[in-house]
Amino acid sequence: MDKRLEDDKLVIGGQEFHSRFILGSGKYSMKLIEAAVRDAGAEIITLAVRRANTKEQENIIDYIPRNVTLLPNTSGARDAREAVRIARLARELGCGNFVKIEIMRDTKYLLPDNYETVKATEILAKEGFIVMPYMYPDLNAARDLANAGAAAVMPLAAPIGSNKGLATKDFIQILINEIELPVIVDAGIGRPSQACEAMEMGAAAIMANTALATAGDLPLMAAAFRQAIEAGRKAYLSGLGRVLTRGASASDPLTGFLHD
Amino acid sequence: MISDALKASTGKVIKMENQFYVDSDHLSKEALARKHQLETDASSRTNHMEYLPGMEQIQSDIRERVMSQTEQYDYTVYTSADVSAALEHEQCSIEDFKALLSPAAGPFLEQMAQRARVETRKHFGNTVYLFTPLYIANYCENYCVYCGFNCYNHIKRMRLTMEQIEHEMKIIADSGMEEILLLTGESRGMSDVSYIGEACKLARKYFRMVGLEIYPVNTDEYRYLHECGADYVTVFQETYDSDKYETLHLAGHKRVWPYRFEAQERALMGGMRGVAFSALLGLSDFRKDALATALHAYFLQRKYPQAEISLSCPRLRPIVNNDKINPLDVHEKQLCQIICAYRIFLPFAGITVSSRESAEFRNGIIKIAATKVSAGVSTGIGDHESKYTGKESGSAEGDEQFEINDRRSFETMYQDIESEGLQPVLNDYLYV
Amino acid sequence: MVMINGNSVDADGMTITEYLQQAQYDPRIVVVERNEEIVPRDSYQETKLADGDVIEVVTFMGGG
Repeated sequence: MDKRLEDDKLVIGGQEFHSRFILGSGKYSMKLIEAAVRDAGAEIITLAVRRANTKEQENIIDYIPRNVTLLPNTSGARDAREAVRIARLARELGCGNFVKIEIMRDTKYLLPDNYETVKATEILAKEGFIVMPYMYPDLNAARDLANAGAAAVMPLAAPIGSNKGLATKDFIQILINEIELPVIVDAGIGRPSQACEAMEMGAAAIMANTALATAGDLPLMAAAFRQAIEAGRKAYLSGLGRVLTRGASASDPLTGFLHD
Repeated sequence: MISDALKASTGKVIKMENQFYVDSDHLSKEALARKHQLETDASSRTNHMEYLPGMEQIQSDIRERVMSQTEQYDYTVYTSADVSAALEHEQCSIEDFKALLSPAAGPFLEQMAQRARVETRKHFGNTVYLFTPLYIANYCENYCVYCGFNCYNHIKRMRLTMEQIEHEMKIIADSGMEEILLLTGESRGMSDVSYIGEACKLARKYFRMVGLEIYPVNTDEYRYLHECGADYVTVFQETYDSDKYETLHLAGHKRVWPYRFEAQERALMGGMRGVAFSALLGLSDFRKDALATALHAYFLQRKYPQAEISLSCPRLRPIVNNDKINPLDVHEKQLCQIICAYRIFLPFAGITVSSRESAEFRNGIIKIAATKVSAGVSTGIGDHESKYTGKESGSAEGDEQFEINDRRSFETMYQDIESEGLQPVLNDYLYV
Repeated sequence: MVMINGNSVDADGMTITEYLQQAQYDPRIVVVERNEEIVPRDSYQETKLADGDVIEVVTFMGGG
């Protein structure tokens, strides 16, 4: 990492991270995880909770470097009650207090249910979880999540797995402007350039999974995302330069009436 | 005129202070002695940071957030490059706002005005709201040295009866006005909450929107006044510099600085729809006061996103028995800079410019950033009939809080706004 | 009969430890939920499955 970013930390639930790239672990081989984590420079990785198969000896956790924070999600939950159940199971599996709430009542578009997500956030935050809710970028819902005790908000850029990029850009910008929690752009980011753009806007971090899982060379794409996210972060911190607008002309002076 | 006085023959600006203390022949020997003691002996004054019995204390981090930013604000470090960058940014950050308030932004006033106008038109279209204040009592139990109502100032005191209030309201409503701002001096003894509540109930009969500018009260009292018909609360913090505040508000409930700071939050907790903020420019370092005023509004809006937010930008004015009081280094250009910076930082906020400013200034500033102006103003008590109709009221009148500058009637103001190509609006508000 | 991970299993009277062994689960990597209550690991040995119980045996897998 660039030395100038050394003091730039992402703080979630009191825990500090240097990396602003949250890596998903779905839809690719466990054997690739270690290389992906390494090349992504990731310090947080998401996991799902599922019914176990008998005779299963391979444990995904064994493939994840020890210093990486596990972020189990509640995918599969269709309402707050199920999300709470899954979160508790995940904690029992021994992965710490982090949880990414993901609640979908729609199997066609897989859009998150903000209303149920607020309810689950409130319950889990009270139980001591560090709650990172995946959400549709709605300002009122984001405020409710903050008030319910969320440690970050994770608005979607585009539908999960769509790789369409920042389809909700203007609304994510509103969350960045108004919400005093890390805003982590999750879902729909398909290219490093889109991740970079979100970081330039002031997003705190990027979560990506499908974009890597569907790439030809997964670790190489992980490295590309890492560089793009760092580039976007540096651009944000340094303050973007001015855009020269064409054809802007001065109108009549407005301040001529003023006396000393 | 003021600037001439400020500039010594060397051309340098010298530091001037207002001479606030005025002794009245009408004060008893004991009262004079007490007054002089308060003025000269700091140890004779109470702790202005300590809540008095009966004052509600709420849990809130807003004061800490506003004041830590304000204390750290060094406006001398900003350069013209910072100001240019601030004007380029689509979203004005707190840092950008600090640059816009700094001396470095002085030469950018025209650009700031152009940008402010764009923001104003985006959020408010071409509209300008009209309202009028109605002072119903001028009794005051505070000694605020710059204010005409202060308890040691010898003025004609008065408190209108409900019949007199209704009479005044009828005259104002007949002029066409639909929004009223009820004001009192700050005396719980002479104008208690139930008296103000009754006045609100009357006001609801004649007006579509009722605002209050009274002494700060507790949440349950704001809730009561809201039920009586008031829907927005204006409290001037006067200055956010609590040390300076202590030297200007020498006695009375108003002396308690933190209780006043939290008034808007209590009003919102009590169900009020909107709150207004202000520093009285000229009392202290105006750049820091402007920063604190806007941050106070900014942080409160983030905590209570449903609240309607507005800012006022009054400058010090002469008062009865002291015509020398002036806003020192806050000239029209500085005032315009502050208003433009407010607009760029808080594009959604209402900005009120009162009759303390000249007609010329108000005509200019409504084209840039102000969204609300008063008209048909009297800061005295019970004198609307004589002021509106020219006919002697036949009854007693109470003295004014300060001298106004723009004496235009409602009708003239309405026409002037229209002739500037803007749309006067009397009300856009559904009472719920 | 006991409903385990959606399948009807004849495990009435078995302890959780016995069932996990018989079904060849790796007890280190699973958590057991019985009738929507998490069963603490240290009580697997004394917790007996009963007719009508609904059991979930879960573990981590890849996910985004």
